[in-house]
Amino acid sequence: MSPTEVIEQKGAGLRKPEDLTLLHEVSVATAGISNLEMCIQCGSCGGSCPSAADMDHTPRMIFAMLRAGMKDEVLRSNTPWVCVSCYHCVVRCPQKVHIPDVMYALKGMAIDAKLYKDSNAPDFAQSFVDFVENYGRSFEFGLATRHYLKHYPLRLPGMTSMGFGMLTSNRMSITPKRIKKMDQLKAILDKAKTLELTNE
Amino acid sequence: MSNYIFYPGCSMEGSAKAYYDSLNAIKGSLGMNLQEIDDWNCCGATEYVGMNLVPAYSLIARNLALAANQAKGIDTVMAPCSACYLNLEKADYYMAERPTLGEKVNEALAAGGLHYDPGSIQIRHLLDVIINDIGLETVKSKVTNPLKGLRVAPYLGCMVPRPDYQHRWSDFEHPSELDDVLKALGAEVIDFPLKTNCCGGHMTQIGPETAYELIRRLVSSAEENKADIMVTVCPMCQMNLDAYQAETNRYFGTNFHMPIVFFTQLMALAFGKTPKEAGFGMELTSTKDALAQIGKDVPAPAAVKPGKKREGLPMPAPRLRKYAGGKVTSE
Repeated sequence: MSPTEVIEQKGAGLRKPEDLTLLHEVSVATAGISNLEMCIQCGSCGGSCPSAADMDHTPRMIFAMLRAGMKDEVLRSNTPWVCVSCYHCVVRCPQKVHIPDVMYALKGMAIDAKLYKDSNAPDFAQSFVDFVENYGRSFEFGLATRHYLKHYPLRLPGMTSMGFGMLTSNRMSITPKRIKKMDQLKAILDKAKTLELTNE
Repeated sequence: MSNYIFYPGCSMEGSAKAYYDSLNAIKGSLGMNLQEIDDWNCCGATEYVGMNLVPAYSLIARNLALAANQAKGIDTVMAPCSACYLNLEKADYYMAERPTLGEKVNEALAAGGLHYDPGSIQIRHLLDVIINDIGLETVKSKVTNPLKGLRVAPYLGCMVPRPDYQHRWSDFEHPSELDDVLKALGAEVIDFPLKTNCCGGHMTQIGPETAYELIRRLVSSAEENKADIMVTVCPMCQMNLDAYQAETNRYFGTNFHMPIVFFTQLMALAFGKTPKEAGFGMELTSTKDALAQIGKDVPAPAAVKPGKKREGLPMPAPRLRKYAGGKVTSE
């Protein structure tokens, strides 16, 4: 049976306009103009992706799922967390979809929706942000030790020679630095947290 | 002298100290006058943008606002770190492309008495400035110690040539700028097929197996192409390939030994600086054999003096936040 015949037999149910609420929600939550609606499902993104093999769904599949309104499945997926921000997909995408920025938006939505179960990646991001919000600078030593203690305690012994190497070669400080105008930065970030990106 | 507003970024004071030291060693020869952004803050790397969008862009834009205020006729802010460079450029570009983002960011900046109009300052990477402002002829004229016989793999990583909002680079995937600088130093530059492939980025922290595979691809390709050393423009790339190479070898049962340094370190050597001035000796994958190719020795790392009073603040008490099934709760 041809697709046209299927539609004729099964009736108007299949002709309903797509519900693109989710697609638009993600598009609005993405910095810049996402071009997400322009995806033609060619798969150049997944084919260019160095970490696609470790993803639950390739980017192409994620965009199809967004179009299909499969919010929970998308936000449970590890895909945005495995994205390495290499931008190969962006420069190869014929529709100029800002794929890594869409992935960043999906991470934020997954955290808000409490759907992504593996806490490793969100924890790392949160620890990084904690240091930045309290010192204005990132703090490699604190970040690495805190993260490894919590998520890879068994790997710590194997990592000590590297950590020791970083310390003895003066490449890692064991104390953080703080910027001078921390109050100013805090005021900016506190205000920013009250602001949501909306559709223009 | 060419004047630049300078955004070093956090790595330059830590894991990428060799980049900082070697840049300081060559900036005079290149006629670069660098004015550091006063009281700059972290760019958020690839972490903050995935947590909370408007604060993430406001964090970046504070640096742009400070830079524009400080500029006084200087038209460029220069960043040597790839992630810093891309974040600054991205904030500037998206604030203009998406005016609502620009408005929200400026609303936040106003709470700190700051404002930034996108487009008011150019954001450029160190390599771009060296190639297009200083020029290869100047670079060549400063070479007193050509790196003859040293086979180098030029490795840029991702975030400098891509996504390239302002069309500054010769190609997204196989740009020639780094090759050209290294050739000007007299080095033998191999045609490195993976020159803009990913080093794994933050996956060394959150999904090491993914990162180890990407590191393996890079170092094995450099070895296959008989490079003595890899040369990069990015602190993250240097850190992942240098510091995690031993872990990668352990994971795959391989025995790669491919040192990686910053391009400014080779520039400093070619300009006649000592390996110590060029920031050598801080790498964890030894550069001894590579430097021997050009008759140089690796200096011993400066010992941390016992009892030396440390700069900086006390180590913060651990305050692990709970990630309760998805929502990060504040204390």
